[in-house]
Amino acid sequence: MSAASPVVPSDTTGLAPSAPPEPSAAAEAKRRLSSPWASLAAIVIAILWTVPTAGLLITSFRPVGDINSSGWWKFFLDPNVTLDNYRAVFTGDDVGLSTYLVNSIVITLPAVLIPIALATMAAYAFAWMKFPGRNALFVAVFALQIVPIQVTMIPLLSLYVDPPFGLPQLAGANAPGGGFYTIWLSHAMFALPLAIFLLHNFMREIPGELVESARVDGAGHVQIFTRIMLPLMVPAIAAFGIFQFLWVWNDLLVALVFGGGSLNISPMTVRLAELSGTRDQAWHLLSAGAFVSLIIPLIVFLALQRYFVRGLLAGSVKG
Amino acid sequence: MSTGEKFLQLLIVIGLFLAVMAVVLVLTSRVRSRVGEMLQTTAFLLPAVLLLALGLLYPAIRTVIESFRDRTSSEWVGLANYEAIFTDDALLQVLRNTAIWVLVTPVLATVIGLVYAVLVDRARFERFAKALMFMPMAISLVGASLIWRFVYSYRETDAAQIGVLNQLLKSLGFETYRFISTEPWNTLFLVVVMIWVQAGFAMTILSAAIKAVPDDIVEAARLDGVSGWRMFRYITVPSIRPSLIVVLTTITIATLKVFDIVRTMTGGNFGTSVLAYEFYAQGFRAFNNGLGAALAVLLFVLVIPIVIYNVRQMRKVEAR
Repeated sequence: MSAASPVVPSDTTGLAPSAPPEPSAAAEAKRRLSSPWASLAAIVIAILWTVPTAGLLITSFRPVGDINSSGWWKFFLDPNVTLDNYRAVFTGDDVGLSTYLVNSIVITLPAVLIPIALATMAAYAFAWMKFPGRNALFVAVFALQIVPIQVTMIPLLSLYVDPPFGLPQLAGANAPGGGFYTIWLSHAMFALPLAIFLLHNFMREIPGELVESARVDGAGHVQIFTRIMLPLMVPAIAAFGIFQFLWVWNDLLVALVFGGGSLNISPMTVRLAELSGTRDQAWHLLSAGAFVSLIIPLIVFLALQRYFVRGLLAGSVKG
Repeated sequence: MSTGEKFLQLLIVIGLFLAVMAVVLVLTSRVRSRVGEMLQTTAFLLPAVLLLALGLLYPAIRTVIESFRDRTSSEWVGLANYEAIFTDDALLQVLRNTAIWVLVTPVLATVIGLVYAVLVDRARFERFAKALMFMPMAISLVGASLIWRFVYSYRETDAAQIGVLNQLLKSLGFETYRFISTEPWNTLFLVVVMIWVQAGFAMTILSAAIKAVPDDIVEAARLDGVSGWRMFRYITVPSIRPSLIVVLTTITIATLKVFDIVRTMTGGNFGTSVLAYEFYAQGFRAFNNGLGAALAVLLFVLVIPIVIYNVRQMRKVEAR
């Protein structure tokens, strides 16, 4: 490594073409670490983080006999590829994954849309409407973020099973919506504090003159909300939407507790967890099943990575 | 329910919801008086506030109350549930396991994420290399647990191995090992899964923080002859301190609530149960409302200080 010049970093070989020319703290730290050992360390970590997934992915395309008689790494010596495992999880009697795929979709869409809509409106009220006790109420909503969902679950379930004032029971197979309402409602409730907080912060950044001048021109809150705010909010709504989508899609606890123990409305995560317990050596089913459930969040993640990272940091406390 | 009926329910609930929202908006947009303003505010706020009060506030208070009652929530038992948590052998092991998870996961995930972020910074394949480590973040913990259960697969030493780790042991001439069921080390092998998932989060946040360290600070240090490891230790790490704390506390919170991994890997057997799993097992499997509620309250109490610290540091990060 040559001595550093103030303008051009000496370690040009390791730089991305688009990297700015000035040295950074990281480049400096890397200068020290950019020995062959450092590259080796990076590659070892990358392999450690990839091999487990690759092993299961390869397994999902191998015939059952191969899976049970040899390790997945033998695939490269004797490549046999089959789609039988995927066929088995969808059409076979013992998994029936298509049912759970449908359940995951049916659970996720309303569980994402409803809290977003409610939170956008509430965030608008907190940001731009004047009413007594506004600040106190907002602080209360903010504080609710720290409540772990576990703390609410036992009483919430008894509320669904045995609602007061003669309201219809929400849990169980005879409930309206076949029992989906408990899962939809729970996800919506658990999402609200974070959603309101995030969207409110974003909405406060929109210049107040915009709202004021619209009001002077005679626009009401509803017009301002639908015509001015919503279009401006799209990035924030997208960031939260992706976060909430992945949260609901990957959730196990809420579906287990509020799914009423009936597999009929359970999402894929519950089915896979169940299979992992009852068919713990059926790797041809487990591997294919796992990848069906992983592929959708992975596509979302790869396509919308930037929004996702933003939402992730903001939502780090959720759950 | 058939698939068709399920999608019908989906359409009904979304349609119903959007229709109600639209009607509320249209109705309240017509009114222009002081009372009308009040109505509008109510229409915007009430649904969310009502759901929060009903779904979070009320149940949280009920849980605290039920933690002082017996398993069917019918009689007061004072502190008996809490006493059980801190005296019963099985529950003490749960607390010990939780402590191991919380002490090991955040530190290792953060260190690995930080090292990797520095190593791949401005490398040719930076985006790709980061995506590799970040991907486990996007998948479910159930999926991650299945992936690792396969890595840990056990067969007799003589048999053909299907788990990559036991193959490694066998190739090196050791006996194969039951990673998931051999106490007491199995908890650490479960922790590995959480580290594998969370390191990507640490790496992403810290990488952004490293790139944001002002160049003039680095330059000034360089003119003073600081470089290499000392630059990392005395300039980079102090500069990203708030981000480091946010990452550490965030992973700690996630680890305290870990449930999916334990349930999928061991079902809480082989002495691997943790607080959030035991809450589920007691509250919804053993139907012991009192103990389940007490465990939830304990989780809550443990989370509160970390969240408050986390939020404060997050403000510092955002303020820059």
